[in-house]
Amino acid sequence: MTDQPLAPSRRSLLGMIGMVAGSAAMYHAMTEMALADTSTFKGPIKLSAPPPGTSVLVLGAGVAGMVAAMELRDAGYKVQVLEYNGRPGGRNWSLYGGDSYTELGGFTQKVQFDPGQYINPGPWRLPYHHQGILHYVNRLGVALEPFIQVNYNALVHSTEAFDGKPQRYRTVQADFYGQISELLSKSTKQGALDQAVTQQDREILLTALKEWGALDANYQYATGLEAGERRGYASDPGGGLSSVPIAGKRIEMADLLKSGMWSAIGAGLAYDMQSSIFQPKGGMGQIGKAFGKALEPLIQYNCKVVEIKQGDKGVEVSYIDSRTGGTPKNMSADWCVCTIPASVLSQIPMNVGGPMKAAINQIPYMAALKVGLQMKRRFWEQDEQIYGGVTYTNQPSTMIGYPQWDFFSKGKGVLLGSYCFGTPAYIAAAKPPEERIKDALEYGAKIHPQYKDEFECGVAVAWHRVPWTLGCAGFWTEESRAQHYDNLCAIDGRIVLAGEHASRIPAWQEGAVTSALDAITRLHKKAMSV
Amino acid sequence: MTIRLLAGAFLALTATAAYADTAGPAPKPPAHGPSVSGFFSPFPFQGGEAIYKGVCQGCHMPDAKGAVGAGAYPALAKNENLETAAYPVSIVLKGQKAMPFFAMQLDDQQIADVVNYVRTHFGNKYRDKVKPADVKALR
Repeated sequence: MTDQPLAPSRRSLLGMIGMVAGSAAMYHAMTEMALADTSTFKGPIKLSAPPPGTSVLVLGAGVAGMVAAMELRDAGYKVQVLEYNGRPGGRNWSLYGGDSYTELGGFTQKVQFDPGQYINPGPWRLPYHHQGILHYVNRLGVALEPFIQVNYNALVHSTEAFDGKPQRYRTVQADFYGQISELLSKSTKQGALDQAVTQQDREILLTALKEWGALDANYQYATGLEAGERRGYASDPGGGLSSVPIAGKRIEMADLLKSGMWSAIGAGLAYDMQSSIFQPKGGMGQIGKAFGKALEPLIQYNCKVVEIKQGDKGVEVSYIDSRTGGTPKNMSADWCVCTIPASVLSQIPMNVGGPMKAAINQIPYMAALKVGLQMKRRFWEQDEQIYGGVTYTNQPSTMIGYPQWDFFSKGKGVLLGSYCFGTPAYIAAAKPPEERIKDALEYGAKIHPQYKDEFECGVAVAWHRVPWTLGCAGFWTEESRAQHYDNLCAIDGRIVLAGEHASRIPAWQEGAVTSALDAITRLHKKAMSV
Repeated sequence: MTIRLLAGAFLALTATAAYADTAGPAPKPPAHGPSVSGFFSPFPFQGGEAIYKGVCQGCHMPDAKGAVGAGAYPALAKNENLETAAYPVSIVLKGQKAMPFFAMQLDDQQIADVVNYVRTHFGNKYRDKVKPADVKALR
């Protein structure tokens, strides 16, 4: 420390904001300062013509596999794809009424949703900067509609705060930001931040805090009509004689801090969850379907890979019928793009070198749960004016996602009644599907009592029970990445791996797309040089 | 960014970001309330049977016979790999291939209990007991 006022470095300022304001403000500041990474997609790929007759075998018809197959085919490769499931898409998947889904252990769920209703057990949103997946969505002609991540009129709920009474996202955010701003302005005025902010910047900071937190002329977050423009009113302004707005009462900082609800308002600040976000009309699975149609003659379904063997001249893959088993068949090609999840691939004999093998064995797959609940009417819209978006709760169900389509429809709607990761998702996976649904109903009824009367039917997908992934997505730590990531992605002889697990955007489809493009670009270079 | 995994009681709401952007070291368990909602919240089960039924049977199945899809979950029933107790303890702690690590969600006592349970049930008859100290030594 020097006794001279220092201009804050970006990091020290972030640290200061983080300490004083908590993580939500820090997210905000970080995203403002654009510290986050961006997708590496740089526009459509262009591969030159390969040596005539060169063939590639793609394993897996998920997003990564189908991107690879489509681009390699277009470049002139002879492409074949083997897929475990009887449909294209992999984790790009929607469940509709009439679908049947059997998880490991033999539990079968027959989805009873009405026509037009669905849930996406896997990915459900497409951030605007995921230009790779959006490129293919557009190329395939899949129609998009907005996905609302942050709905200010949705709820934040904690069983431990405010007697379990849900609060509006809007008021939690406004009251938290407002009172943080008030605190920071006080500190700024008292010179407490002089080490971090120059005299010159002090005034700017004060103005900024006033604006950010909706403070009044005295730098107070007073509950009044000024704050009402952020947090809403006890009674809204209107027309005519009944027009006088009535201010609400703020939630006091001490209560907010204790409630933990400050943590819920960071969601939409994350780079991946900032507006604009999109979803395919009719379900995420529309992308997989469109890919499958575009690649129709190339994909062979219901093929379970049992061995991958490479030699100097090519790759030979053995596979059996995933439904009936039987004698293995073989398929050969000059090269192989393998998009089988590491959780599964680690169990398939494959003669690659030690470094790639070690990398494949080092990626555990995360637990995740999604529960879809069909309700007789859209009570969240009709009774509570919640149109799309997400409500957060500290219960194991973690959130309620409202359907992002058919707003104002008089018909039914399917809620995402639970979407959790880690511990609560493991616990759910250990229960039969009907109990997962029962749990989601019990948690949800604490937020929306209408659940009890309006529930019709549901479906629950616990990702560790999904037969073809054994988990929802690859889990990396900083250490495992440093040690294994490059070895996972490097070409080993005639085999290259791709998928969200071979990306730095794990669990997102953009990771699958950019991984596939990177892998085939390197593979193509190698194919051109041998 | 580690911080995204440390968001506390409402942690799971940022968990998509957490694993969509997992750059941090294996994060420490966050402070948590009575509700089991965090990514690394400790499992609220005590005793080998309760832990097995609450967690392990999700993959290894209620009869411990495992399951087969594109990949497989191994049967723990009549499993000779359980003979040396340190082996299952180490797998539960650190994971292996498709098996995730549970070092952050299960304490020494819980791991000892569930390993002892599996080693004496489902056709396994290994009588030597794992103690919490044995688990601790393998962390």
